[in-house]
Amino acid sequence: MSLLIASNIQNNPKYLELVHRRNALGWTLSAIVCVLYFGFTLMIAYTPDILTQPIASDSVIPLGMLIGLGVILASCATTGVYVYLANKTFDPIIEEIVREASK
Amino acid sequence: MKIFKAFFSSTLVFATLCASNLAYAMNVDTGPAPAAPAVPPPLNWHAIIMFLVFVAITLIITYWAATQTKTASDFYAAGRGVTGLQNGMAIAGDYMSAASFLGIAALVYFNGFYGLIFSVGWLVGWPIILFLVAERLRNLGKYTYADVVSFRLQQKPIRIMAAISSLIVVIWYLIGQAVGAGQLLHTLVPQMSYRLSIVIVGVLIVLYVTLGGMKATTWVQIIKAGLLLGGASCMAFGVMMHEGFSFAKLFADAVALHPKGIKIMQSVVPIGAKANPIESISLGLTLMFGTAGLPHILMRFFTTTNSKAARKSVLYGTCFIGYFYILTFIIGFGAIILVANNPEYVVDVTKNVLTLKGGGSMPAIYLSHAIGGNFFLGFIAAVAFATILAVVSGLTLAGASALSHDIYASVIMKGKADEQKEVWVSKMSVIGLGALAVLLGIAFEKQNVAYIVALTFSIAACTNFPILVLSVFWKGLTTRGAVLGGYTGIFGSIGLLIIGPTVWTKVLSMGPAIFPYDFPTFVVLPLVLIVSYVASVTDNSESANKERAAFAAQMIRAETGLGAEAAASH
Repeated sequence: MSLLIASNIQNNPKYLELVHRRNALGWTLSAIVCVLYFGFTLMIAYTPDILTQPIASDSVIPLGMLIGLGVILASCATTGVYVYLANKTFDPIIEEIVREASK
Repeated sequence: MKIFKAFFSSTLVFATLCASNLAYAMNVDTGPAPAAPAVPPPLNWHAIIMFLVFVAITLIITYWAATQTKTASDFYAAGRGVTGLQNGMAIAGDYMSAASFLGIAALVYFNGFYGLIFSVGWLVGWPIILFLVAERLRNLGKYTYADVVSFRLQQKPIRIMAAISSLIVVIWYLIGQAVGAGQLLHTLVPQMSYRLSIVIVGVLIVLYVTLGGMKATTWVQIIKAGLLLGGASCMAFGVMMHEGFSFAKLFADAVALHPKGIKIMQSVVPIGAKANPIESISLGLTLMFGTAGLPHILMRFFTTTNSKAARKSVLYGTCFIGYFYILTFIIGFGAIILVANNPEYVVDVTKNVLTLKGGGSMPAIYLSHAIGGNFFLGFIAAVAFATILAVVSGLTLAGASALSHDIYASVIMKGKADEQKEVWVSKMSVIGLGALAVLLGIAFEKQNVAYIVALTFSIAACTNFPILVLSVFWKGLTTRGAVLGGYTGIFGSIGLLIIGPTVWTKVLSMGPAIFPYDFPTFVVLPLVLIVSYVASVTDNSESANKERAAFAAQMIRAETGLGAEAAASH
């Protein structure tokens, strides 16, 4: 990549938008997963009683099992959200940037 | 190619000889083998035949891969021709180890709900890999994650630091896998000794990796992932069928049959252990960020055709792995119902209804027998073995690439190495690492290897992951910051592990631990970030300024893929 192309891209508003949007999405979703997971972890550490209480009076299933399962499903769901949004919005912008830069 | 063919036919002959020897051994050995579980003799046949079928198929694939492997990019990165779905399967195959299959099922079998904490922790690293590193890794790197870290930093010190941390992780991970393989095979096929089991593993992975490189490794991982997901699905289905497809009944029956009763639903630490909040948090950090720093996992992203395929592959991989962990949870509870209390599997039901013949990792294996008899047991045993082979292949290739690409080509030859020579060095490294894994596996047979997961995941979480993220996202990172931070991670983790409870007290028998936690990540990870930060911002050298200035170009490539390594065109 030549310096000229690099400086072209660096000043391309589409590039700045791409960086901004991808970072915003990536860090937001990371924060969501971390909050869910470390929320679960902190409950394990400090309030295990909440996790171990049964979901119903006639059930042996603890609440923590549903929360843990929820974190697993949320991990899959958030990766799905990222891939969907990245395919839909980032790839077209990247293609445009690359096309404009190599003109 | 001729050499390869000769090599192949001789190995096939060797494999056949091994098999016929085993067959012979089993025919004569009608008496009970010493210290072996009293599993019914026909089981061995099913396991061995299915295992041989797997080996034959993978060797044929390796042969095909060898004909396709010509360049360094073919060898290290499968020519960058792996699609998103294929890489997703291979990621799952690379990551779902026998330890997580047998281990989580066993944790659940003994401790119930507690096992889920590991399932969750081992999965949540994946979204982070996707959101922060997967695409940028693909865009910036060539063969190893050190390519990415050293992209704008000084080659020599960065490569050495990264290679050391990769090799420590890889070698210890290999020891854990080798010991597990030896114990598992020896338990399943008592006629085969622990040592022979490890040697077979060593020979097979050296064949896969030296001949077929990343292409063969990828396909071994894909096939294994398919087998493991299929086998675990059948087991979970069998359990749920037995329980009338009711989760309420599954858990209620498990509580009724487990000697600890309702405690298996009420303990967030191993049953009987004292709750330790800091340890729980440190474990959580280690599992999440350790996953995102394993060199053999990061390496998989260089095999995809482009960053879009890398991105998709994490989605597939995460879903496969998440699904698998839910299955292992059902399998563990199924084992409480169908394996515990069963005199066929339990050493002495009058004493302890949980203690199994053949050791603590057997619940999942016996469950397959309880569900599908000898045939299914044979299948699951062969799958467990395939699992070990796939994980060990990926590890060996990652270790070899650290030696050949980072140390030989970049440090010793200063980037001017001949490509074929580099691949040759890599193959020699594979043979060396294979031999080392066999020797260490044998040396560690009677050792307590419980600290290995903590060691490998701690170093990955405290060194590889933070340094990688800083190098990609933080303009201010300089060589000095990365190197000092990296070594803080490596030596900090190892040092605190040595003076921690597992090694200091249990392995070395030195009395009460100086550092009272098993997982040092909660101390070392922040320390690494601080050291990297301070060492970087106080670095006013000319080279440091150049490194900061080079960040803009690195970022353009990371974000857009301009200049990224292209897929091979053949």
